[in-house]
Amino acid sequence: MLEIHNLCAGVNGKPILKDLNLRVKTGEIHAIMGPNGSGKSTLAQVLAGRSDYTVTGGSVLFNGVSLLEMKPEDRARAGIFLAFQYPVEIPGVNSTVFLKAALNECRKARGEQELDAMEFLALVKQKSKLLELDPSLLNRSVNEGFSGGEKKRNEVFQMAVLEPKLAILDETDSGLDIDALKIVAEGVNKLHRPDNSAVVITHYQRLLDYIVPDVVHVLAQGRIVKTGGKELALELEKRGYDWVLEKVNPNASHD
Amino acid sequence: MQSTTDTIENFVNSEYKYGFVSDIETDSFAPGLNEEIVRRIWERKGEPEFMLEWRLKAYRHWLTMTEPHWPNVHYPPIDYQAYIYYAAAKPKKKLTSLDEVDPETRQMFEKLGISLNEQKRLSGVAVDAILDSASVATTFKEELGRQGIIFCSFNEAVKTHPDLVRKYLGTVVPANDNFFAALNAAVFSDGSFCYVPKGVRCPMELSTYFRINTAGAGQFERTLLVADEGSSVSYLEGCTAPMRDTNQLHAAVVELIALDNASIKYSTVQNWYPGDKDGKGGIYNFVTKRGSAGRKAKISWTQVETGSAITWKYPGVILKGDDSVGEFYSVALTNHRQQADTGTKMIHVGKNTTSTIVSKGISAGHGNNSYRGQVKVLKSATNARNYSQCDSLLLGSQCGAHTFPYVEVRNSSAIVEHEASTSKIGEDQIFYCNQRGISTQDAINMIVNGYCKEVFNHLPMEFAVEAQKLLGVSLEGSVG
Repeated sequence: MLEIHNLCAGVNGKPILKDLNLRVKTGEIHAIMGPNGSGKSTLAQVLAGRSDYTVTGGSVLFNGVSLLEMKPEDRARAGIFLAFQYPVEIPGVNSTVFLKAALNECRKARGEQELDAMEFLALVKQKSKLLELDPSLLNRSVNEGFSGGEKKRNEVFQMAVLEPKLAILDETDSGLDIDALKIVAEGVNKLHRPDNSAVVITHYQRLLDYIVPDVVHVLAQGRIVKTGGKELALELEKRGYDWVLEKVNPNASHD
Repeated sequence: MQSTTDTIENFVNSEYKYGFVSDIETDSFAPGLNEEIVRRIWERKGEPEFMLEWRLKAYRHWLTMTEPHWPNVHYPPIDYQAYIYYAAAKPKKKLTSLDEVDPETRQMFEKLGISLNEQKRLSGVAVDAILDSASVATTFKEELGRQGIIFCSFNEAVKTHPDLVRKYLGTVVPANDNFFAALNAAVFSDGSFCYVPKGVRCPMELSTYFRINTAGAGQFERTLLVADEGSSVSYLEGCTAPMRDTNQLHAAVVELIALDNASIKYSTVQNWYPGDKDGKGGIYNFVTKRGSAGRKAKISWTQVETGSAITWKYPGVILKGDDSVGEFYSVALTNHRQQADTGTKMIHVGKNTTSTIVSKGISAGHGNNSYRGQVKVLKSATNARNYSQCDSLLLGSQCGAHTFPYVEVRNSSAIVEHEASTSKIGEDQIFYCNQRGISTQDAINMIVNGYCKEVFNHLPMEFAVEAQKLLGVSLEGSVG
């Protein structure tokens, strides 16, 4: 599904990702953990095509197609979905209108018929039930006045409607209380199928109590420094990140 | 960051799609303005005697006035002697029915999406089409006539209903009101006239479509709309012009009279040629629009302004009668080098009068957008209420938005509220849309339309769709 080779990227001339390698197979859930400032969010933004970040080297293949030359909207239409850490508010743009436009763009790209208003509303009803989302949120402007939890839940809801091949969840757990966290995690689990994949970026282990990853990576100083099974997450929870970092770079001072 | 800003800027570099020139034979005067020209216009239009006096008085007054320079717009001095003050399509013969409109002219209006053919009409819209200085055709006259509604060109009205014209002409915008209104009064050659009799609800939207075609011609039209007691009417106005690299002058006057219990809804979609990317050419749009509302009468202005190199207009309402209502809903877009100084005037005279102002400015490219609004509550206006909301939306980093509210209250029972906001379409908003599969162009359209929704809601249905498309086109650019 996703193959990243020696990816180097930075912002304003400052390198952040340094020779990052990652491989996600179809049907897998990967967790990327790591200390603050290690480049987790940068990775998510670079994959989605945010132009603030400059890619200085390496390659990214998505289902065999080179991703880095594609425009952000084409990546989305090809099936990459980013659940944002801080979803932006778009006043005046109705959530339903927005999501219908997005879905129909993706459907067009997949060679499917566009949905009309009735079909779309039926789909929305079904998905909002699945995720226990208050449907009245959809009558409001995109994310406007939503609480932190509502915003995150809305991201997962959009994901449910758009049915991406690869979902990247950027710290979707941050700012959620335990109940909201459970609902979001359950949503992700319900949406997981053998033909799609997810990359879950998180700072804390607690999200992984609910979303069980196939592979856990530790991202530090711009590269993947350790990869293991789900038990790695538990170990990180117990021992913190320092022991991993010391192994990688024994002389580095802790920051 | 930089590259997204560039995307927005590329995006707003649009092309004007109504810029074609039609080859229509015209009967034009030589450029220049003097008493002789005024007299010749009067003669050519075959108007009654009182109009000549009125015109000459206005002209002589105009000579004593100076062009206003207080608006927040900048342009080189205008040489009023360089303009042509009368140009009309040469009729091949006298028209007896709509079918006889010159095919060239008909084709031009078809190209603009305005059908002069009643069979192929927009559902329920009667159109008066004005080319340069003269009215070309008015549709649905007979059907309206059955209800006693008079809808025709100004020139026709002044001949067939001189008493009505004489009674109301200049009562809301006097001939000496301001520099441009005085110029208009002296040289205006046509326009639309409408009278809705007592108690009649006009059964269809009335519409005037203005087109400037002749090079170097100024367009000076005058619209006079009278809604007699208890009547109601909805009126639409649309404007386009060819692309020329000299600046064309447009100085129009619109007078609305809503007598007791009457209501007038006046909607404008103005898309005069805005000039090119570097500010060359485009229409100078200096317009005076005002309405007078009687007891329990209501006047509502809705405007979507996307064209003109320079816009100077303040559609206002004089709330004369007790319990009268004035409304102003506006979207003004400035792109490239366009400059707009626009807003409204609400003059509260009667008791319990209310006015609402919703102004949405959009600036893109190097556009400069100013809102200028006056709310005046006279001593007599007990319990007057005003609510004003002025929002500005910026696209890119080289445009400007300004707000100049003037509030003058002489009655302590008045309640006047003013709210203002400025926002910018953020790169992160666009990226969010992109990440969901929506292109930058669609994202900007979506955000701009969302921002203007409050105003579009006040436009008649078909016009609202048109306005939305127009905003899209005006902001369209080279983003693939």
